Amino acid sequence: MMRVPQFRYLAPKSVGEAAKILRGEVPSAQLFAGGTDLIPNMKRGQQVPKTLVGLRGLHALREVHADGGLSLGAGLSLSSVAGEGRIPLAQRALIMAAGKVATPQIRNMGTLGGNLCLDTRCNYYNQNYEWREAIGFCKKAPDGVAIQEVTHGTCWVAPSSPRCWAVNSSDSAPALIALGAEISLVSADGERRIPLAELYHHDGMAFLSKRPDELLTQVHLPAVDASWRSTYWKLRRRGSFDFPVVSVGAAVSLDAGGVVQAARVVIGAVTSAPVVLDASALVGAPLTDEAIAAFADAAVKPARPLDNTDFHLSWRKRVVREYVAGALRELRGDTADQLGLLARSAARILPLAACS
Amino acid sequence: MTEEIAGDQKVMGRFRVNGDEHHVAYAPHKTLLEVLREDLDLPGTKHGCELGECGACAVLVDGVPTLSCLLLGLEATEREVLTVEGLADDARLHPLQAAFADLGGSQCGYCTPGVLVTAKALLDETPKPTREQIQEALAGNLCRCTGYLQIFEAVEAAAEECAP
Repeated sequence: MMRVPQFRYLAPKSVGEAAKILRGEVPSAQLFAGGTDLIPNMKRGQQVPKTLVGLRGLHALREVHADGGLSLGAGLSLSSVAGEGRIPLAQRALIMAAGKVATPQIRNMGTLGGNLCLDTRCNYYNQNYEWREAIGFCKKAPDGVAIQEVTHGTCWVAPSSPRCWAVNSSDSAPALIALGAEISLVSADGERRIPLAELYHHDGMAFLSKRPDELLTQVHLPAVDASWRSTYWKLRRRGSFDFPVVSVGAAVSLDAGGVVQAARVVIGAVTSAPVVLDASALVGAPLTDEAIAAFADAAVKPARPLDNTDFHLSWRKRVVREYVAGALRELRGDTADQLGLLARSAARILPLAACS
Repeated sequence: MTEEIAGDQKVMGRFRVNGDEHHVAYAPHKTLLEVLREDLDLPGTKHGCELGECGACAVLVDGVPTLSCLLLGLEATEREVLTVEGLADDARLHPLQAAFADLGGSQCGYCTPGVLVTAKALLDETPKPTREQIQEALAGNLCRCTGYLQIFEAVEAAAEECAP
């Protein structure tokens, strides 16, 4: 049986108190919200924080405010986000992404902020302590383990690589970046607001630009008009439980003639950060088969999956093209029947007619 | 004021489980699953994968299906917990339990406590669920025996039984 290692538990009653604690306790303190990622990681010795700062008492983090756009508290459960009636249909990519995380029970517990700050994942990292010790700890070793003495901090999936290639497997991140979301980070120094895309680094270890003494408090969705539509496609082995092995968040603004006025397309789960594609080539023309095919072909290049998640990596790379194309075809109005098998594997496409 | 719990000694906590109040000393690093089974003598909730990947340990916390293997005991105090032991009314089985027994919804039985409480939460919210709603609600509960069909049929039969 796996036990959670001992920890000290602090339960601040306000965001200000939490920020003060973080300032004093970094680096030994770890923020603790839903616990659905951290508790398994603690049981397997992947993360062994000495102090947990429990955020359950911060009610302000579970509020939703309409302020032109919509501000969602980072402490909202993923179930609440998936059921949030104030998210406009044009931004349903977030509802689709939050509703496809793991399982219903985990969505009841896990939070939006937790999903955005999800630890990166790798077949060589998400294993128990003894397994990782037996092959020699990789770069992402637990604190206090002198990895250099044993393995020189090898990345087992790319042994000649100077960096860690663990994968960003957040569902909500690609969707929210496609929607143009921003986040608020609060520390004892005050609050700063940044585009969500800037939260992520292409590094499996230092994967967040959030400082350890900062707390993610809110996610801001911009105000949108009815010209926008969005979707989220997720590939995984089973229809539940699994993290994405490829995902696509996409949002486009179309004029009355179907000409693209603006577009954002983001690929998730193929490397250590969500990959924001350059969508400028789509702008100014309708989403024809040719335009979509050319864009999807180009999308494959920046997607660099490695052999450290489920499924064969060359197939995952091929699916990137299919998923980017499928998401765009859905956004131009193709029906589930027209999308065929692809749509079924991405599962539960909402009727697009409702958002045009 | 920030509340602090040191990690190295037991703490007292008040747990409300199946309508009973328990005031017990427990180790603060224990999950609710461990508190239920080891400190409250309620072994109906099962240890499965312990990592949130199977649903065997599901309980209701304030009516919401929750994985007790991932919830710290200290975050479950003062909340309403329902485990499989709280489903029956003395010797009278809950309609879900009766339907699972009658229709083969339970074979080895290991996933059953988690499935039953998750299904109860569904019926509390949606008394007449469609097959698709049942599948969606139970998408976090693995069963390696039944192939799920008998489980879905049992939930549908219980919904009929519960209907006013």
